[in-house]
Amino acid sequence: MKPRHKRFVLIGVGIAGLALSASLVLSAFQKNLVFFFTPSQVAANEAPVGKSFRVGGLVEKGSLKRDADGLTVHFVVTDTAKSIPVVYRGILPDLFREGKGVVTQGKVGPDGLFRAEEVLAKHDENYMPPAAQDALNQATAKTAAQSVVLPPKGK
Amino acid sequence: MLRARFLIPLAVFAAFIGILAVGLTLDPREVPSPLINKPAPAFNLPQLAQPDKTISQQDMLGRVWLLNVWASWCVSCREEHSTILELARSGVVPVLGLNYKDERADGLAWLARLGNPYQISAYDRDGRIGIDYGVYGVPETYVIDKAGVIRYKRIGAVTPEVVRDKILPLVKALNGNA
Amino acid sequence: MVPELGHFALILALCIALVQSILPLVGAARGNDAWMALARPAAQAQCLFIAVAFGCLTYAFVSNDFSVKYVAEHSNTQLPVAYRVAGVWGGHEGSLLLWTQMLGLWMFAVSIFSRSLPQEMVSRVLSVMGMVAVGFLLFMLIASNPFERLLPAALDGRDLNPLLQDPGMVFHPPMLYMGYVGFSVAFAFSMAALIDGRLDASWARWSRPWTTVAWSVLTLGIALGSGWAYYVLGWGGWWFWDPVENASFMPWLVGTALVHSLAVTEKRGAFRSWTVFLAILAFSLSLLGTFLVRSGVLTSVHAFATDPKRGIFILAFLAVVVGSSLTLFAWRASKVGLGGRFALVSRESMLLTNNALLLVAAGAVLLGTLYPLALDAFGLGKISVGPPYFEAVFVPLMAPALFLMGIAPLARWKQASLPELAVRLRWALAVSFVAAIVVPLAMGHWSTMVGFSMLLAAWIAATSVVNLKAQLAHVPKGRIGARLAQLPRSYYGMLLAHLGVAVFIAGVALVKGYEAETDVRMEVGDTAHLHGYTFRFTAINAVKGPNYTAERGTIEVTRGTESVVTLNPEKRLYIVQNMPMTEAAIDAGFTRHLYVALGDSITPTTWVVRIYHKPFIGWIWGGCLLMGIGGLLAAFDRRYRARARAGSAQLAGAAGLNASAAG
Repeated sequence: MKPRHKRFVLIGVGIAGLALSASLVLSAFQKNLVFFFTPSQVAANEAPVGKSFRVGGLVEKGSLKRDADGLTVHFVVTDTAKSIPVVYRGILPDLFREGKGVVTQGKVGPDGLFRAEEVLAKHDENYMPPAAQDALNQATAKTAAQSVVLPPKGK
Repeated sequence: MLRARFLIPLAVFAAFIGILAVGLTLDPREVPSPLINKPAPAFNLPQLAQPDKTISQQDMLGRVWLLNVWASWCVSCREEHSTILELARSGVVPVLGLNYKDERADGLAWLARLGNPYQISAYDRDGRIGIDYGVYGVPETYVIDKAGVIRYKRIGAVTPEVVRDKILPLVKALNGNA
Repeated sequence: MVPELGHFALILALCIALVQSILPLVGAARGNDAWMALARPAAQAQCLFIAVAFGCLTYAFVSNDFSVKYVAEHSNTQLPVAYRVAGVWGGHEGSLLLWTQMLGLWMFAVSIFSRSLPQEMVSRVLSVMGMVAVGFLLFMLIASNPFERLLPAALDGRDLNPLLQDPGMVFHPPMLYMGYVGFSVAFAFSMAALIDGRLDASWARWSRPWTTVAWSVLTLGIALGSGWAYYVLGWGGWWFWDPVENASFMPWLVGTALVHSLAVTEKRGAFRSWTVFLAILAFSLSLLGTFLVRSGVLTSVHAFATDPKRGIFILAFLAVVVGSSLTLFAWRASKVGLGGRFALVSRESMLLTNNALLLVAAGAVLLGTLYPLALDAFGLGKISVGPPYFEAVFVPLMAPALFLMGIAPLARWKQASLPELAVRLRWALAVSFVAAIVVPLAMGHWSTMVGFSMLLAAWIAATSVVNLKAQLAHVPKGRIGARLAQLPRSYYGMLLAHLGVAVFIAGVALVKGYEAETDVRMEVGDTAHLHGYTFRFTAINAVKGPNYTAERGTIEVTRGTESVVTLNPEKRLYIVQNMPMTEAAIDAGFTRHLYVALGDSITPTTWVVRIYHKPFIGWIWGGCLLMGIGGLLAAFDRRYRARARAGSAQLAGAAGLNASAAG
């Protein structure tokens, strides 16, 4: 091969490799995007069926129930306008509490029950997961009432 | 051609910074609250200093006033406190407090120590009124007009800039209109 | 008084930094020796004053001075002293101070260990580092002053985030920052070379050991952080692809590329402008990482915008540093030329391919980290990309890179021959295939993922052995120990770091493939079984720590009739912040970890307990440790000192020649 040809081959291989890896990254990105929805949006059937997505809001007071096995928990996530029942099997994060912000990831079934694969509430007291906060902002724009509060410091 | 190739990283970076700069100009603290231009939610709460007396938003009808939600356990309240004090002392606008989810003794001690800018503080122990007002976190500040309508809401500490650029002009305008 | 002293020390450091960033640079341009000579003492004095400031803040923490706002927000009288010290870097302002302190220490080191470098070079390098320091000191003084007072003083502090109250957190940030900031040396060297207009092998040789040390420390820092997440977050995971982790991982990926690219530039004179570009990129990503983590953008994009002063400063600083360096790069590097040529199959081409793969990987991480943030900032919706994305990207990108990693060290520079390589590596390939089949079967069941990973891990290990044999062939005959001692330290460093990668991959694959987990509801007296181990929940007691209360479980682990260990997982409640924390109990063995964490309590004596059996998970950090040690070994090779001396002699000679030619 002449040096000039060699250079072409080199550039060609380089561009092909780059294109290949770029398409790999972008397709993986496309496939694994997880969208966030508010309970109101879910109620309005905006969320995809059969695909994993995230729902955020507040854990409704008094809604946490535990099955006899001690592992399966039921609770209701609300943005104060609409609510969605959630079931989750596993250990809840340390900061999961009724009346506090939460984000869960999972799928919604035909029965309208949200089957969570993951529950996120791993932040400090003063902090509301931004996604959960956003859900509340959107809901309050409609209902003009909400209950996100910072709790007093422990006594 | 050689030069152009070396300019690519710079161009990509410039675009990146441009995007970030636009993102920065969005200030989410100016929350378009659903309560703006709506009547301030009604309350009738015991006063902090005199538990046997009550205070209601109706008492302030006919005046432009500020409602400042505060608590003794809140660090940002301490931060904005001097600003609020100064604003109250200037006498431009009456400031009422809403002592939120606090112990009465703690709240009073806090005011005694740091100075009391409030004409009166309402005492909302369970935070029930806070819910009506859509309190995200303490502190929050509302400007309420003569008809009892909320005209402005600030989440987080009030800074001198906010007073200068937002609150004072608004108060002036609201007083002028009547 | 002490906080004001610290504040004053920062102002003085800023003044010195200004002098250091201007005069030596101008001196180097004009050939003014006196101005150039300022660089070293200025760097040392600046480091000293930052250390004074750092000491003052530490003193404020240790003495519970809650009249300092930052202390009041991040400490508490109940907090144990060690964590009060760690509290110094527990928040935004203190982290910046730690960052600047690290920069000061690196500058100090450069000023000491650069005796053999030409005066112009040292002056320019320290000048550039001084500019970076100016940026950070200004930022602290204008928008993030750690010494800001809180008047009247708070009675007690808000306490350090309980997540950070852990020995791992005491060491992790300093290590990580030392690595991050270490790339500033490589950056400063490349800037100096661009200003000088000479990007040659000697430049690469000077900056190489610095870069390698920074890379090693960053590796160890990231590993510490991962270990911390593993036992503090209580989920048994060791890497979450969390934006905070990604922020440290991106500079690491680019830094890895840089370390290898520097080797090529030093040995072959090739990749010159590419190496400079990587040095700029590695440091830019370090800056980005620092700000991403510490500016609050990640907890909420909006937190960033709410304090526009900070946000705008950060953006302006990034724009100035990265923008000016890329402009300089575009202006100067285009004139550098290509350097050594090489064939399609050669060690250079393989290293270049690996460089490209690492860079694409870093780009993929950047996309996954920043894209959701950008969408959010523009109000275009909220999305997240989780581990599945990163895994989908990393496996196909890293597999060829790891394969090449086995071959490249054996391939010849300039032009290699594939048939020859195939002959030399056939045994290594055979061994790898055997490992790929045997290991999964020995672990219990076949899994393609594990088989493939073991193939790669064994490939790297086996090719290292082949490489060592080949190297020994060049050493004169003698006793094996003596012959081994003949090989240079940097060579062993390379082998060790590569072996570290193999160990790491083996650990990751075996954990992913064979870990077992169970969440069980246990009452005191109950037993659970996992992977042949029996876990008996024998007691739960209330205990009291210095600043927390806790429920401590006692779980006795047996295997058959033999007692293995007693584990004490805790559920803590940190009093001041009213924050619960899961403290997992781990029995760490060479081939497996047993991991027990308390979940929710159902009744006072009934708890949900999470139990893991994690085979070979320790190898993940063991691998990182090997990489880090390997890097350090390579960086402290004798030849850097020897050659540096020779290099300066050469230069002096060349200068003499020039002078005589001119005269």
